[in-house]
Amino acid sequence: MAILFKATHSLENQIDEYLDTVSQGLIVFGEGVRHYLERDSIRFEERIKAIERLEGMADSLRRSIEGGLYGHSLIPEHRGDVLQLLESIDDLIDMAKETLNQFLVEQPFIPEPLNRHYTELAQTSIQAGEAVIVATRAFFKNLSAVKDHLHKVYFFEKEADTIGNRLKLAVFQSDELELAQKMHLRYFALHIDSIADVAEGVADRLTIFAIKRTL
Amino acid sequence: MTLFFFSSGLFLGWSLGANDAANIFGTAVGSRMLRFRTAAIIASVFVVIGAVVGGSGTAETLGRLGAVNALAGSFTVALAAGVTVFWMTRASLPVSTSQAIVGAIIGWNLFSGSSTDGGTLGQIVATWVICPIIAGLLAAGLYIGLRFVLIRARVHLLQIDWWTRAGLVLVGAFGAYSLGANNIANVVGVFVPAEPFGDLVLFGLITVSGTQIVFFLGGLAIAVGIFTYSKKVMDTVGTSLIRISPEAALVVVLAQAIVLFVFASEGLRQWLIARGLPPIPLVPVSSSQAVVGAVIGIALVRGARELDWKMLGGIALGWVATPLIAALISLTALFVVQNVFDQTVCRPQAPSTASFEE
Repeated sequence: MAILFKATHSLENQIDEYLDTVSQGLIVFGEGVRHYLERDSIRFEERIKAIERLEGMADSLRRSIEGGLYGHSLIPEHRGDVLQLLESIDDLIDMAKETLNQFLVEQPFIPEPLNRHYTELAQTSIQAGEAVIVATRAFFKNLSAVKDHLHKVYFFEKEADTIGNRLKLAVFQSDELELAQKMHLRYFALHIDSIADVAEGVADRLTIFAIKRTL
Repeated sequence: MTLFFFSSGLFLGWSLGANDAANIFGTAVGSRMLRFRTAAIIASVFVVIGAVVGGSGTAETLGRLGAVNALAGSFTVALAAGVTVFWMTRASLPVSTSQAIVGAIIGWNLFSGSSTDGGTLGQIVATWVICPIIAGLLAAGLYIGLRFVLIRARVHLLQIDWWTRAGLVLVGAFGAYSLGANNIANVVGVFVPAEPFGDLVLFGLITVSGTQIVFFLGGLAIAVGIFTYSKKVMDTVGTSLIRISPEAALVVVLAQAIVLFVFASEGLRQWLIARGLPPIPLVPVSSSQAVVGAVIGIALVRGARELDWKMLGGIALGWVATPLIAALISLTALFVVQNVFDQTVCRPQAPSTASFEE
């Protein structure tokens, strides 16, 4: 039982560390978008390296948690749900890394007046992701608080959709941009917005898992 | 020949181990919180301790129902109960050894012409009815309390898992002790009046009575039953009646263990008498009934949507059928043993109302 207690304690720390890593990844993503919009390529590339490192760490932690849960036969009733939850949270940092890499590879031209729209969209998507991470922490430690955080996820996801639509409207009403540029910018708006969509997907799963956890 | 006669008691013990250990650890093993091997070791050790230390109270009550006064009679009565339990266990029905042995003893009473003590029988039957109700109420209360604590205590899911496992081991040990203390009379109680062993002095220090030797052997038979045949029933109890969480499993085992302990504890009985409170009768109760009562209690708290009423109906039918089948088999077997094998299954005397204890 002592070995099991030690393993349990270690896994608790790993789950916390995993959620911290994903959360940091989202912060780095926001900073990366800001540096890109400010055309600060050196700091932007630093953020790319940072998010790649964090994504690698998150993957490694997730695999270790999975191994620990199965290896010690822990939480047999909820193991499947917890693993599914952690994997879907991993999609958040994956999506953030992929989007920053697309900025690096495709170097979209973003006119100055649209900067604030992109910044706002990125920050709102990040808030949706942050809220779902807090809700996940509550799922493990304070089940009754899960709902208090999930409604924020849905709110920020809707906000991100609204900002995205406003951004796309501004893009397509612009007289300075070619159609190809407009479509390119729409593509980036969709990518940033998809972080909020992933958060919403995690929230939907979490709602079910939280109900299942009720004794 | 003595050992041969005793074999039916061992067979009944084996049947009880195969069937009733599932009531203690079925939910834990079924929900994969404990490995079968771990559960079997804990159950075996504590069943034997419970049988030897606390088994006398319920044996006395069974003795009042009908004192089987010939070894061949004890053999036949235990065999009839054992066959009943074995057959119903094979059908994957949680069956009560208490009901089987009471049915078999009544069969002996009918065969030998002894009168059945109506008061004792009424007390036993009333306890059978009360036992699942108490277990259900206890389980419902414990479940509501545990849910209240878990929601407010903000304990990590993994820590809840660890504490639940630790709780299942501890409560399972208590449950196994209570099962041994309460149900050993069902297994070898009929052999006590005709027990062939004398007192045994170990290392010149500890004196073990013949009754305790009988109980010890019965306990060992239960342990063998647990190891060899209880896994299948554990799966039935653990998964068929209702899908149960490990935390709820802990509540079920605790409620059941408390009920079995209360109806077997001489100490508790004396404590109540000393304080002028009404004593609790020491009656072998059914752990199957207790566990089903506890599961229903939890299901009712959860809204009773998940209960498999058809399965419950099957279990209830088994309860009614068990004493009747056991009595019938007992009557038939006693007739065969006396008239075909020429064995004395009863001695011509009125049934004793005295205690089995020396």
